Amino acid sequence: MTVARPMNVFDIAGRAMSAQLVRLNTTASNLANAGSVSSTKEGAFRALKPVFETVSGGPGIATVGVSQVVQSDVEPVKLHSPGNPLADANGDVWQAGVDTSAELIDMVESARQYQNNVQVLQTAKTLTLDTLRLGQ
Amino acid sequence: MADDQSLFGIHGTALALRSQRLSILASNIANAATPGYKARDIDFSRALDLASRGSSVDQAANDAVAYRVPVTPSLDGNTVELSTEQTEFAENAVQYRTTLSFLQSRISTIQRALKGE
Repeated sequence: MTVARPMNVFDIAGRAMSAQLVRLNTTASNLANAGSVSSTKEGAFRALKPVFETVSGGPGIATVGVSQVVQSDVEPVKLHSPGNPLADANGDVWQAGVDTSAELIDMVESARQYQNNVQVLQTAKTLTLDTLRLGQ
Repeated sequence: MADDQSLFGIHGTALALRSQRLSILASNIANAATPGYKARDIDFSRALDLASRGSSVDQAANDAVAYRVPVTPSLDGNTVELSTEQTEFAENAVQYRTTLSFLQSRISTIQRALKGE
């Protein structure tokens, strides 16, 4: 993907922030669906994972984007629960394939990386403003 | 360019290079979680040397870009180490400010000379 004008720090950090936000959104939806059950294995919820991809903006300069969101390979768990209205003929239900602890770790990591990008943006902004004030 | 050089000396070039390095370090921080991304950095003294020998600032910065050697390589092929990148970023920001204050003092010297105070 090409950008007409050269990419600056604000583009780099801004797009990285939106990528991290997509990651945070998928984590939130995974955690929200963690306890949901389904009557078939195929119908059970599987965790969603964003795929990060480097977006080049010239030599040495690159930001990050989400190229696609894929389903993870964590298998749904079979539970025996005859009382459940969704249970199949054997009295089993399938619980969403979400690794809750991994999702929580992902959440903390993406929040930290979002903060790092905010910090980069803040530093770049201060330096640009200082440069503008040069000679005054 | 030649006029810039005589007025601001090496500091004009240094400021442009610091700004380029800021973008590259920001790229590394942005790609901290991208599998397979290789962290890069500018060898600042080499870039400044090239620029003072007559290369343009962009050319000098591009020629002095190199991949960073990670302390502990990670399994997904990403070589960004946030501790290193954040330290380098902070250091570069301080050095950018230093260059700014050199420029500032040069400007006030000239202004004082112009006003004849």
